[in-house]
Amino acid sequence: MATELYSPGAVRINASKFDHKTLNEKIRAVGGDCTITGCLGERFIAAGMSEGHIDIEGTPGNALGAYLNGAAITVHGNAQDAVGDTMNDGEIIIHGSIGDAAGYAMRGGRIYVRGDAGYRAGIHMKEYKEKRPVMVIGGKCGSFLGEYQAGGIIIVLGLTDDSRRIVSNFPGTGMHGGVMYLRSDCDGVRFPKNVTARLATDEDMVEVESVIADYCERFDLDVDEILDAPFTKVAPDSKNPYKQMYVAN
Amino acid sequence: MQKEGQIRIPSGCAISAVISKSGKRMSGEKIVSSMVPVHDRSNGLGGGFAAYGIYPEHRDFYALHVFFDDDVCRADCENYLRERFEIVDAEVLPTRTMREITDEPVIWRYFVYPRRTRLRALQVDEREYVVRVVMKINSTLKGAYVFSSGKNMGVFKAVGYPEDVGRYYRLEEYEGYSWTAHGRYPTNTPGWWGGAHPFALLDYSIVHNGEISSYDANRRFIEMFGYRCTLQTDTEVITYIIDYLVRRQGMTYEEAAHVIAAPFWDTISHREPEERERLTYLRTVFSSLLVTGPFSIVLGFEGGLMALNDRLKLRSMVTGHSEDGDRVYIASEEASIRKMDEDATGIYAPAGGEPVIVKVKEGRRAAVGEY
Repeated sequence: MATELYSPGAVRINASKFDHKTLNEKIRAVGGDCTITGCLGERFIAAGMSEGHIDIEGTPGNALGAYLNGAAITVHGNAQDAVGDTMNDGEIIIHGSIGDAAGYAMRGGRIYVRGDAGYRAGIHMKEYKEKRPVMVIGGKCGSFLGEYQAGGIIIVLGLTDDSRRIVSNFPGTGMHGGVMYLRSDCDGVRFPKNVTARLATDEDMVEVESVIADYCERFDLDVDEILDAPFTKVAPDSKNPYKQMYVAN
Repeated sequence: MQKEGQIRIPSGCAISAVISKSGKRMSGEKIVSSMVPVHDRSNGLGGGFAAYGIYPEHRDFYALHVFFDDDVCRADCENYLRERFEIVDAEVLPTRTMREITDEPVIWRYFVYPRRTRLRALQVDEREYVVRVVMKINSTLKGAYVFSSGKNMGVFKAVGYPEDVGRYYRLEEYEGYSWTAHGRYPTNTPGWWGGAHPFALLDYSIVHNGEISSYDANRRFIEMFGYRCTLQTDTEVITYIIDYLVRRQGMTYEEAAHVIAAPFWDTISHREPEERERLTYLRTVFSSLLVTGPFSIVLGFEGGLMALNDRLKLRSMVTGHSEDGDRVYIASEEASIRKMDEDATGIYAPAGGEPVIVKVKEGRRAAVGEY
């Protein structure tokens, strides 16, 4: 497991001295574990990387871990937009919140976020055979969660102490594969016609529990406390979710 | 070469802003630095800033910032201005000679007030009068373009990267209670000084990241009311829409936001009855001013700022504030906020169509820009 490889401080790179291109060249040159300090908006950090653990202090820029292919990333604060864009494998752990379009077209690996996610988390996530991406959002999500979702599993825990609904408007719009679990009875959440939303069964929870256990370990959270709540399972309603949407088929 | 307004190329940008709620003035240094982490969001074809509270010694006069092709155009335009305004002060806008900024137009600043006889003859109020003169100059006087026309505020913009533009205009020498910034990546037009953001009319200024698909529909409607869109850029039309809704229709900024980024009918149908009725009214009566396509904007006005995203939230925008709560920050990326204030807190991403309005504290308004 990637975390076992992690030895913080092995190599330290001060991001403030470089533009994003040079910074990424430096990270690749290290080839293994490294800590990036003073991060401030540098884009594409660790893009496409297959190994090593990249530990980030500061605020990384957009498309963090894009096309990630097995490496591990930890961010101690917030991350911006398009975290894990088209990620293939590996893991991204965010201790703060993330911006919009996290896990865009992600097709493998894990993204764990302690805080909230912006709009369109998990947009067009997909899966194929053994490749099944996992995204867990600890807080709440903006609108269009799982838009066009085609595969993978999205779990939202809603662990923030405010009155907002666990997810904002239009969750699962155009969803046609994969599954979402929301730690809530989802009272007041309006789902589109192309999905079904119902309380998760014990059978459903087997998978959810193993993911949440792993998540809780990373953030030092109490698994039992988190599981002691209703979960709503959201899945596509039919094999042809676009039926009658564009043409009379 | 064809100038902006004569050619259209079908694109991204960076915006940021800061305001002190107590009206404390700050130099332009921080806002200029906020554009450094988002350098790659623009392509060197435009950068600009709006600053509020910077001309306290001339607070009663309209500050006109004008680009001229040359001094002949300037002489023509000054004659035109002199017939319509008392010119209290006229000077070359101070700039710094820099390798990064080239093809400079002639740039002047005038402090003016309307000639009373003209104003009485036209039977319009002062602000309407100023708008008419600005529209007339920008649409008919060749080689002259008024890019800033408010009181106690100013727009500074150019072709170049925003951090260079800030240095070019010596913004560290100005002090304002509120600042907005823009880095441009022009998509539909070639990028001329006049087309850089902010776009301003009176004290309303707009910086914008996005691409408005309703531009022509909005333009056709707004031109019925005397506005002239001369540059084919979508941001210009938003500025005029704000002027029309707020100044002429007397709407609140929030109401204007609900016209521009009206919620979906489906969303409206689930609101409380009174709210539903209000939103339905705004969306129905001003349907031609619904702005569609991706955008995030910051509107600057006397005594405040408003941030707004398109209702689908197709562009990024976050807000935050200083630890003591006095300064509020708005930016395309959190990195810009952290550049201005590394201890900034309360990072928040407003929802699509949710206006964030920040005003200088009630009762402090009169004191804004005190020196």
